[in-house]
Order: sequence, then structure tokens, then C-alpha cells
Amino acid sequence: MTGTMGWRIFWLVLGALAIVAPWIITSGFWINFLILTLFLAFLGQGWNIMGGYGGQFSFGHAVFFGTGAYIQAILQSKFGWNPWLTLWFAMAGGVLVAAFIGYLSFRYGLRGSYFALITLAFAEAFRVLATAAEGVTEGGKGILIALNQDPERSFAMMQFATGTGYYYFILILTVLSLVVVWAMERSRFGAQLVAVRENEDAAEAIGVNAFRVKMGAICLSGAMTALGGVFYVQKFLLMDPNIAYGPTKSVEALVVPIIGGMGTVFGPLLGSAFLHTMGEITKEATQFFWQDRPGLDLIFYGVILVLVLAFLPNGLVGLIKGQWRGRRQGRAAERKKAVA
Amino acid sequence: MLEATDIIKRFGGLVAVSDASLTVPEGRIVSLIGPNGAGKTTLFAVISGFLKPDAGRITFAGTDVTGMRPHEVCRLGLVRTFQVVQPFANLTVRENIAAGAHNRIRGRAEALDHAGEVGKRLGMGGMLDQPAGALTVAGRKRLELSRALATGPKLLLLDEVMAGLNATEITEIVEVIRGIRDTGITILLIEHVMQAVMSLSDYTYVLNNGAIISRGAPREVAADPQVVEAYLGHGASERIAAGGAGA
Ligand SMILES: Nc1ncnc2c1ncn2[C@@H]1O[C@H](COP(=O)(O)OP(=O)(O)O)[C@@H](O)[C@H]1O
Ligand SMILES: [Mg+2]
Repeated sequence: MTGTMGWRIFWLVLGALAIVAPWIITSGFWINFLILTLFLAFLGQGWNIMGGYGGQFSFGHAVFFGTGAYIQAILQSKFGWNPWLTLWFAMAGGVLVAAFIGYLSFRYGLRGSYFALITLAFAEAFRVLATAAEGVTEGGKGILIALNQDPERSFAMMQFATGTGYYYFILILTVLSLVVVWAMERSRFGAQLVAVRENEDAAEAIGVNAFRVKMGAICLSGAMTALGGVFYVQKFLLMDPNIAYGPTKSVEALVVPIIGGMGTVFGPLLGSAFLHTMGEITKEATQFFWQDRPGLDLIFYGVILVLVLAFLPNGLVGLIKGQWRGRRQGRAAERKKAVA
Repeated sequence: MLEATDIIKRFGGLVAVSDASLTVPEGRIVSLIGPNGAGKTTLFAVISGFLKPDAGRITFAGTDVTGMRPHEVCRLGLVRTFQVVQPFANLTVRENIAAGAHNRIRGRAEALDHAGEVGKRLGMGGMLDQPAGALTVAGRKRLELSRALATGPKLLLLDEVMAGLNATEITEIVEVIRGIRDTGITILLIEHVMQAVMSLSDYTYVLNNGAIISRGAPREVAADPQVVEAYLGHGASERIAAGGAGA
């Protein structure tokens, strides 16, 4: 009981801190740090639904991120649509691509590394396509979104003059993603998805339509990840084939939940916080070497990932839970000793 | 309740099931016996939709289920267990059974409650919050049974749920199975433990090399020279004789 109570207080304090953070933290650098941490937690949560809960490991989640981002960027810049309207099309685009990839893979029973390779291939194909289709995407040059000059319309144009606006924007998205996954975990759909992850044949035998459940998971994952693309476009006001469909986003989306704890509600958030904190520390420590070496961050992710896979198979959440259980058992043992 | 007619299933050149037919009347316990490799598990897989037969027809409760997917067959009330048990190892016993309960129950809380009840009924009350991966062989067999039972079936196909259990555990599970039948669930079981077959089943089919070579009341079947012959060389003829004499 005290454990649950303790956690409740912990989350309340953390929630309160998250809300007042922009008043406490005035440095643009640290606000940006929080924004990127939350953004990656959000992307990771999208991957977590399919990879963590569904056991379908995607190596090409950028395909959803990039599709959402490009739709958001193109509909605004070429057609002048409002970003609050385009975001729905961006999400629908993510779902459409997800449904297509899911149908192809799951109908033909592709599992494990085959599924991972299919997603990777799609992301790469979309990158090539986005580079070639200059008429729509401006090719490698990329799309720029017109900067909103009118401070009155910053909300209407989904562009915020300061980091605070973006901070709250991504905070809301992240909290929403936590709520979605929390609710999923407590639903029949979630239970069936986990059953499919654990053993697809056994799940089918007890009435789970594995195909439908996996389709549901990939579509939900696609929608969320596309929304991550929407946020990125609104924050950075540009999109090009490498940002959209390059390997960075795919890797980040999977590293974060694996580090934090796959198939857990808070794993991606924890993983992202850990990764960014470690990233900053490493960057400070190796500033001299680090500068202007793109790709170093991917190597860094790789090293962390290998370490976690080797020593923390259940991620940071597993570590915390293990610690907590260990302490409880320790206390119970002490009580027993005291009685004896 | 279940009628499988002229089922043929080939794996490449190997005919695993050749022209087998069987009928399971409602409310009964029917057993399917035969030496290892006879095609029993394959026949179960065909009936439950995991394998498509090369020929033949399966009707269940008046519906043609030939070629249906396993989850569709399960929705109709026909559920199999696996000879090699397939627990969801990272989930607790309760969560495992609840996954079965969701076949008929939408709400998570209700499914977990129902899972607890089914688990207790099958003697797993003390293990509900253990991870399934930590169970003993006997525990896993019970879990497999509980999970199938939680789906709310009309017909259960049990594939060697007694294999690997000791005498006490077998006596317990025989009682459990009889109890399930008494709640109105029909049972078709594959079993090697002859005393269980003798005491439980109303009717027995013997499969050998994919074909039904004998059928009838368990004691008649055990006395059938063709059956004894089929088991010879597998060293099982003595087991049958012993079981037959004991029953
Ligand atoms: N998936 C499969 N592919 C190829 N051969 C199989 C397959 N499953 C079973 N068999 C073969 O079919 C025959 C019947 O196997 P099985 O149905 O498991 O027998 P039983 O359950 O009666 O011991 C065996 O010879 C087995 O090797
Ligand atoms: Mg078998």
C-alpha cells in the first residue's frame, strides 16, 4: 500500500513540476532540452504500442513520422491550409501507410526480422520517393513553412514565439499518449495484443483474431508517430527527405522504449529522459570531438542500446521495479527475522 | 456436436491423416488414442482450424467450419489445447486465463474476475499472481486447460494434458476433466495414459498411420487385436492390457 501511495505522490509532484517548469526554467537551452525529451518520449510511445506491446519490431518507424510530417508541410505550404486542419490529414496519412504495410506483412504472416526488414525497406523507399518527387516535396532542397509574423495568431498558426508554447504543446501530446497507452493496457484490445506478442498461435486458439489486433496496433502506432511528424514540422518549420525518412527517427523511436522498458506505459518517457541526460553529459565531456560530427549520436545510441540489452533486459522500468520488489522482500525478511 | 468426415492431411509426401472420420456426441467424453506419430495432433490442428485439410469436411454444432481460422472456430465454441503447452510466459496466471476469458467478455475487470474463478476451480487459486513462466509442468498443463475453459467453450479438444504428470497429479486432473464435462462441456481428448482413457471416456477412436483402425467402448477397443498390433513395437500393448484389466 505504501508503495502505491509513494508512487502516487511521486507522479503528482512530477506532474506539478511539469506544469510549472517553464516558470522555473528560464534558460532557452533547458526548455529546448525538455521539449526534445518529451518529443522523443512521444515518438517512442508510438513505437512502443506496436513493438513493446505487440512484439512487432519496426526498424522503419520514420515511414510514419515522415509521412505525417510531409502531409503537414505540403498542405500548409502548397495549399495554405490551416495547421489544425492539416494535422488530421497527416494522422490519416500515417494510418493509411500503416494499414498498407500492416496488411502486406501480416496477411502473409511476416514476423520477427522479416517484418523489421519490410518496415526498413519502406522507410528507405519513401526517402528515395520524397527525394525524386520534386514537384510535390521540393526534393532534397526540402520544404520551408512560412514563419508566422503575427503574434496574435501564434496559436491559430500552431507556431509559438517562445519555447514555452512548444513545451506545453508537446507536454499535452505526451500526456495524451500516456493516457492512450494506459487505457490500452487495461482494455481487451491491449490484453489481446500482449497475448499475440507472447504467442500468436496460443492467442488464436483462444479466440484472438491476431491479424486484426496487429492491424489495430500498427494503425494506432502509425497515427501517433505521424502526429510526432506534425509537431516536428511546426517546431522546426522545415522538412526534407533525410529528416523525414532517414534512419535517425527510426532508431530513436525504438531505442527509447527499449532503454526505458518495452510494453510499459512509462518506459518511453523514462528512456527518453535517460538518453537525453546522458547525451548532454557526454556532449559536455567530449565537446571538442563531438562538434560537427553527425552520426556520433547514432553511435552513442548504439552503445547505450547494447549496454541496456546486455544488462537490463526489461529496461529502466524493470530495474526500478526489481529494486522496489527487492527492497520489499528485504523488509519482509527483516520482519520475519525480528519475529523469530 | 462435432463431425469430421474423411479428413486427409498431407505434409509433402507424408500422409499424416488419411481418410479419418470421427463423431463426438454432445455431453460426452470421447478419446482419441494411437501410437506416437499416428496423426492425432495433426487431426486436432485440422479440426481447430490451424491446418487446412487436403480433403474432408468438419461440422461443428451444425456449422461447416472447414477452413475457418482458429479464432473463428473458438468464437463458435470449439477450443483446443496444445500438446506442447504454450503459456504467455511473461504474464501472470490470472492474466493468461483472462486472455481466454476475453473471448466472451469485453471488460477487463470482469475478465480478470472470471479468470480468478476459473483458476480457482481448476486448483490454481494459489498461483494466480505468479508469472506463468515459473510454473511446474503440472501447473502449465492446468493453465493450458484453464485458459481454454475460460473462453466459454462447448467442445474442448485436449491434447495429452496428462503427459509428464505423476500419478497423484493425473488423478487430480481426471477429476477436473470429469467436473468440466459435468458442467455440460463436451470433450475430445488425446491421451496415452490408458487408465485415464478407460475411466474417463465413453467412446474411443484409435488412429494408426493416419487412419482410424478401431472404434468403440474403451474396453472393447483395448481388446481389439488390430489395436494391440498397432501398439506392438512401441511397447504399449502391455500398457493397454494392464489398463484394460485394471478398468
Ligand atoms: N508441420 C508438420 N510438417 C511436417 N510433418 C509433420 C508436421 N506435423 C506433424 N508432422 C508429421 O505427421 C505425423 C503425425 O504427427 P502428429 O500428428 O504429431 O502425431 P501424434 O500426435 O499422433 O503423435 C508425424 O510423422 C509427424 O512427423
Ligand atoms: Mg501428438
